[in-house]
Amino acid sequence: MSENWQTMVKDVCARCGNDRTRMMDIVRLVQQECGCVSGEAMDLIARQVDTHRVEVESVVSFYAFLSNRPKGKIVIRLCNDVIDEMFGARRVAQAFEQQLGIEFGQTTPDGLISLEHTPCIGMCDQAPAALVNDVVVTYLSRDKVGDIVSTLKSDPDPRKLVHKLGDGNNASELVQSMVHNNIRRKGPVIFDPLPNGEALKRCLALSPAEVIRDVKTARLRGRGGAGFPTGMKWEFARAAAGAKKFVICNADEGEPGTFKDRVLLTERADMLFEGMTIAGYAIGSDTGILYLRGEYAYLRAFLEDVLHQRRNAGLLGKAVCGKQGFDFDIRIQMGAGAYICGEETALISSCEGLRGDPKNRPPFPAQKGYLERPTIVNNVETFCCVTRILDRGPAWFAEKGSKGSPGTKLLSVCGDCKQPGVYEVLFGITLAELLKMVGAEDAKAVQVGGPSGQLVGPSDYQRTICYDDLATGGSIMVFGPNRDILPLVDKFMEFFIEETCGYCTPCRVGNVLLRQKLQEIMAGKGEAADLDYLEDLGQSIVTASRCGLGQTSANPILTSLKNFRGEYTSRLIEPEKGMKPTFDIQAAVREAAAIAGRGPAHS
Amino acid sequence: MPMSQTIDFIIDGVEVSARPGQTILQAADEAGIYIPRLCAHKDLVPHGSCRICTVLVNGRPQSACTQPVAPGIVVQNDIEKLNNVRRNILDMLFVEGNHYCMFCEKSGNCELQALAYRFGIMAPKFPYQFPARDVDASHPDIYIDRNRCILCARCIRASRDLDGKHVFEFVGRGPEKRVAVNAEARLADTDVDVTDKALSICPVGALMRKRQGYADPIGRRRYDHQPIGSDIEAKRSATG
Repeated sequence: MSENWQTMVKDVCARCGNDRTRMMDIVRLVQQECGCVSGEAMDLIARQVDTHRVEVESVVSFYAFLSNRPKGKIVIRLCNDVIDEMFGARRVAQAFEQQLGIEFGQTTPDGLISLEHTPCIGMCDQAPAALVNDVVVTYLSRDKVGDIVSTLKSDPDPRKLVHKLGDGNNASELVQSMVHNNIRRKGPVIFDPLPNGEALKRCLALSPAEVIRDVKTARLRGRGGAGFPTGMKWEFARAAAGAKKFVICNADEGEPGTFKDRVLLTERADMLFEGMTIAGYAIGSDTGILYLRGEYAYLRAFLEDVLHQRRNAGLLGKAVCGKQGFDFDIRIQMGAGAYICGEETALISSCEGLRGDPKNRPPFPAQKGYLERPTIVNNVETFCCVTRILDRGPAWFAEKGSKGSPGTKLLSVCGDCKQPGVYEVLFGITLAELLKMVGAEDAKAVQVGGPSGQLVGPSDYQRTICYDDLATGGSIMVFGPNRDILPLVDKFMEFFIEETCGYCTPCRVGNVLLRQKLQEIMAGKGEAADLDYLEDLGQSIVTASRCGLGQTSANPILTSLKNFRGEYTSRLIEPEKGMKPTFDIQAAVREAAAIAGRGPAHS
Repeated sequence: MPMSQTIDFIIDGVEVSARPGQTILQAADEAGIYIPRLCAHKDLVPHGSCRICTVLVNGRPQSACTQPVAPGIVVQNDIEKLNNVRRNILDMLFVEGNHYCMFCEKSGNCELQALAYRFGIMAPKFPYQFPARDVDASHPDIYIDRNRCILCARCIRASRDLDGKHVFEFVGRGPEKRVAVNAEARLADTDVDVTDKALSICPVGALMRKRQGYADPIGRRRYDHQPIGSDIEAKRSATG
């Protein structure tokens, strides 16, 4: 038995070329075979790939889907994000605990089923949802839990839980998923029909510089949320020294409330891969990597097949479309449950087989990215836009949308609205127009851009969705008239505390402290000075955090303080007589400090 | 680019000349301007994790230990906005761990404590978290007290880059992140040696040699008479 186990680990390492940079694949495969990556397995992996055991442990302990302790044959990961809880995830969780006789974090005594919580799995439009191993189960309710548990107990194959298939490619042989696309509005850029390979052929008739010029003329900006000009990023990478360059697609869609990339991967995979190929030609790269979040593993076989068909059609591989000297292929890198890997340098770390820690910048990825080579990282939707730009021309694209934000944007709308789903809208749409479109005109609040974005109320509904006003990577969460705001903010802070990598102090510690103070206020123990405390601490996190996650992690507090201050002030208490909320410890000890000769050096 | 070329820029109103490839922190040190820091160390590659050295570069926050100098940049360092952020970060580090300064062997030589004094912190304003952290005293000559660890990665970098080993590495994520050793659990099972450079580089009392506590009497400890950073600032006052 133990010999078999060792042979398996050695075999996995060998299949990955005994290459330390393929650590993510190695530990994922070992976990798949053994149910965990044990200490002995770490030792063996370290020997096989010539690294240190603690490095393997460092990786395994970072990702939520990896474990050094055995778990059940089946792991049920129930999504506990804001939206899922609004739609009953807590009742579903209780039902699972009752049916299985275990709590979350535990495994049934027979070793069959483990129960876990997980943040947003990209199914907010069909919440509550769960992952059962790789299988997505949607529209959960308390009544369905009994069936799920008895089905799994009689046949531990999660695929048996899928009774009715979803629409589009969700029903295809290689997906076989109950997930629905919920495409509510089709726009001209993404969802218009697109002949396969045509845009690529147009691209290859141009010089790489001309392709970049077209992307710049179209004024395409990154769809992930940050909005960096795509053409400029490509130009940097093209100009960077070095023969080997990389094109990476960020399909680590993890911002709570967003699921539009899920739909693109399901229905527009060819458009995405074509955009990556165009990027490869433009920057002078022969290798693309699709970094696919672990939650979307159910799409992997399908995506591999799309890649296979594109190779057969000459759209990938040696001499793409017969263009001598342009070779390009794409591989899929699986993630393993880490929101931070949506940050481009953390994503690169993960691709390199490391913890998903963001990297110091500079150097920027376009100069030194994956394996220290020039690398571009773009969002799924950005690559799809590129394909359309080559298909219809940059002028066609640039005149759509608003002045500073050309084109369309895919929005994932969920929460208290009649029609949750994916909407392709022109940039410049007002929030009010969108709310009408989705059936949520009575919304009390809208979280634009996910927890890292901003929480706005009716006074902001005439503002527009675009890079220069309300920017969003696609997440739009709607909260109806009866929702209490502070518990939502609390859930968002819980999310950031769960997902911070812990590299830098302000993000690792500050968010814990913010949430504690928020909970004091929610419990009716806050006083007016506590709002200043939240502002001050929040601003320190914004100023000093190292990456985009940290710099935006205080936004749930800061934007709700700005736009829903009444929700805080109505809970505050007057401090007792004689107690000073403004007590200044510095002033109180100044004299003592001076006597000790340790006064502030620069006061 | 010839090595003689200099890059001129401004820190807190002072004109500074730097060499290409230097970080803002390195250039400031040479110019006698102290930018507070914890994870940065002159013998180690920059890590950029404590964020104490955050400065404003043309108005934008950057960590001085990782940010390269550039011609004409305007760097703000000793301003109240940033010093407030630094006090908050120091407070965070104090409450995140269990720092019992009054009987810690590192007291008086501790960079965290010294920075707190420099910034006038007598007690953190944030609530203590009192985490349960473990002590590894398995090794005959060395111990790790994770209560006092501030996750600066100095030991990790020093072991890897100065000692040519890999005794330490981070495991876990977020608030559960901690320094682990290259063994199943115990420091005694690693190839750490009492002469390793990694052991003398810890800014706090987390990684210590045994039987050497309280070697310096009060009054002769590193920060007993002058605030941390005074050595750097002395260069500037000496040159005018």
